[in-house]
Amino acid sequence: MMAALGPYASFIATSYGLVAAVVVLLIVWITLDYRQQTARLRELEASGIVRRSGRGAAEI
Amino acid sequence: MSLIDLANPTKFLALTARLLPWLAGATVILLLIGLYQSAMAPDDYQQGATVKIMFIHVPNAWLSMFVWGIMSIASLGTLVWRHPLADVAAKAAAPIGAAFTFLALVTGSLWGRPMWGTYWEWDARLTSVLILFLMYLGLIALWRAVEDPSRAARAAAVLTLVGAINIPIIKFSVDWWNTLHQPASVIRMGGPTLDNAFLIPLLVMAIAFSLLFITLHLAAMRNEILRRRVRSLQMMQANQKAA
Repeated sequence: MMAALGPYASFIATSYGLVAAVVVLLIVWITLDYRQQTARLRELEASGIVRRSGRGAAEI
Repeated sequence: MSLIDLANPTKFLALTARLLPWLAGATVILLLIGLYQSAMAPDDYQQGATVKIMFIHVPNAWLSMFVWGIMSIASLGTLVWRHPLADVAAKAAAPIGAAFTFLALVTGSLWGRPMWGTYWEWDARLTSVLILFLMYLGLIALWRAVEDPSRAARAAAVLTLVGAINIPIIKFSVDWWNTLHQPASVIRMGGPTLDNAFLIPLLVMAIAFSLLFITLHLAAMRNEILRRRVRSLQMMQANQKAA
């Protein structure tokens, strides 16, 4: 496979690998951030804090 | 649900919850198709297989400018219309735009070394994109430096609109100055100069990366709305304890 990419295969593979790594990092970061925020909202809800609308803190 | 309804963060969250799985699915499918087409694309008669870097470099380069454009519209929303989600949209887009700009710079550099004989040249296109990357980092730093989101939003909106001047400079830098970078070959007067064997995979990858941005942006906006809800509830809790 790498041989088919010619003498600059390492440049091509590094480019695609880097793009994949950064996209995965973005997805992981956004997913972890979501979990962190929803966990905080559940903690606030458990402590009895209610939104002005009357809904629970973690409720959409 | 009308457009006005989306100004309500709660309704926006409900819409996002419904849209995100579909957007993520469409992104994965289009990325797989684009990657397959990129792998199957023929070698260029001059560049050989390194032309494959184009299929990821160009979508990232387009998005680096497109995201700043979105942030500029959102900044107008903050300063002029005071839309409640405008600064949420701008703040959520900045790290994603920075990532795309970083990828455009690095993949361009990795493409440049075998084609131009150098990783970097201080020419107009490369330098203006580097400035764009630094402006993204500056905006992210500004958002982090000011604790009150509404105060940070106004300062960030002004900085974003001033920085928008750089977008046409990037776009037309290859026409206005002598640069190592090739001139526009897709979005240009007279139509694309690329053969369909390269143009079609490139457009599929560009749509796939645009969908990726929309998906990540909506998810990041959802997180930002939740973060602000956490902040206001924590303040409410502190006030209750103090009373």
